[in-house]
Amino acid sequence: MTPRTGMIRAATLLIERDLRLAFRRASQLCHPLVFFLVVTTLFPLSLSPQPSQLRDIAPGVLWVAALLSSLLALDALLKSDAEDGTLEQLVLSGQPVVVLVTAKTLAHWLVGGLPLVIISPLAAMSLGVAPDAMLVTAEGLLMGTLTLSFLGSVGAALTIGVRRSSVLLSLLVLPLAMPLLIFGARATDLAMAGEASSGPLYLLGALLAFTATLAPFAAAAAVRIGVE
Amino acid sequence: MLTAKNLHQWRGERHVLRGIGFALEAGQLLHVAGPNGTGKTTLLRVACGLSQPEEGELDWRGQPIARLGAEFFWDLAYVAHDAGLKGDLTARENLRYAAGLRATASDADISSALATLKVASCADLPTRALSAGQRRRVALSRLLIGSAPLWILDEPLTNLDAAGAALVLELIARHLVSGGMALVAAHGELALSIGRISRLELT
Repeated sequence: MTPRTGMIRAATLLIERDLRLAFRRASQLCHPLVFFLVVTTLFPLSLSPQPSQLRDIAPGVLWVAALLSSLLALDALLKSDAEDGTLEQLVLSGQPVVVLVTAKTLAHWLVGGLPLVIISPLAAMSLGVAPDAMLVTAEGLLMGTLTLSFLGSVGAALTIGVRRSSVLLSLLVLPLAMPLLIFGARATDLAMAGEASSGPLYLLGALLAFTATLAPFAAAAAVRIGVE
Repeated sequence: MLTAKNLHQWRGERHVLRGIGFALEAGQLLHVAGPNGTGKTTLLRVACGLSQPEEGELDWRGQPIARLGAEFFWDLAYVAHDAGLKGDLTARENLRYAAGLRATASDADISSALATLKVASCADLPTRALSAGQRRRVALSRLLIGSAPLWILDEPLTNLDAAGAALVLELIARHLVSGGMALVAAHGELALSIGRISRLELT
């Protein structure tokens, strides 16, 4: 009898598989990133390029753009696996579905969320945000995009059986993401005014802890129903 | 052994499985036959534990499969009608991840499984570039990695040429001789050289 694969090993294998798949389709990998940069550039063009006005809208623009662009790739989180039958095989692998869903969510964040965090100082700079506030924005986005990936995994699992589900998925996930937007934009706002921004950042951390511990269970239950 | 008693399943308004029962013992093949749309795939998915029957009992080695959970899945290899392969990954990578999630699978195991199904030459091509028959062979080679005693196969001979069909039947026969079990849905005949075949006709 060959030794069975442990949970941690299974999770790393699945993350490795999803990253490999993502890099085989490198063009899709760039879409959310380019979308983020384009949206943040559209605002100065449509409003006015005055630095004072840009600084006023910067927190909101950065966070709305980040939320929308990380929603773009969410549809593919479980859909592609469900379509080619690999999701069934994952469920039948004997590994806990919670672990598999968490692994897939983390892989999704690594290719869809983390690049946004890394590139966010560039977008912030183009909106006239000071360097200190850039760092706070990146910290906030780090927690915010991860929280959104976990929230989105529930939405993606619930819409496995729905065709063309991206609009429905956005409608499910965006209302739940409102607290993220409020605290995230507030943190950037406070940092730009030179005040302590740790309050909203702690709240973002609390939201992350909340979704990271509960969302995988909800998503796993929805996956089991979805493959039925 | 796998036993089912009085299985009922509805698909919306349609009563697809109406009191199905069977017993599958070591060394036996159960051929689920019947015209299209009579619930062959539904029965197989229920037997896998992918969907729950609305009524009836399904036991693996005397215990309900719903209670066994992962322990049942470890004893099971299911090849569905969809090949269950990622088109962007090569055949070798597909097998490595699919089998690796269950148990440690060495590269040698994977290569020999692919060679047995005569698809060793396309092991390093992305599976989207393969023909339907080659994809089916890659999907079936998953059965040979690991040692699941229960094979559940949904139309395993579709898209295969005559030599491929004979090869798959030969592999099933070998599996039965070594004490395995197989639950196979097929609308045609399964001409098996050895092993005990019983037939479950769905209407």
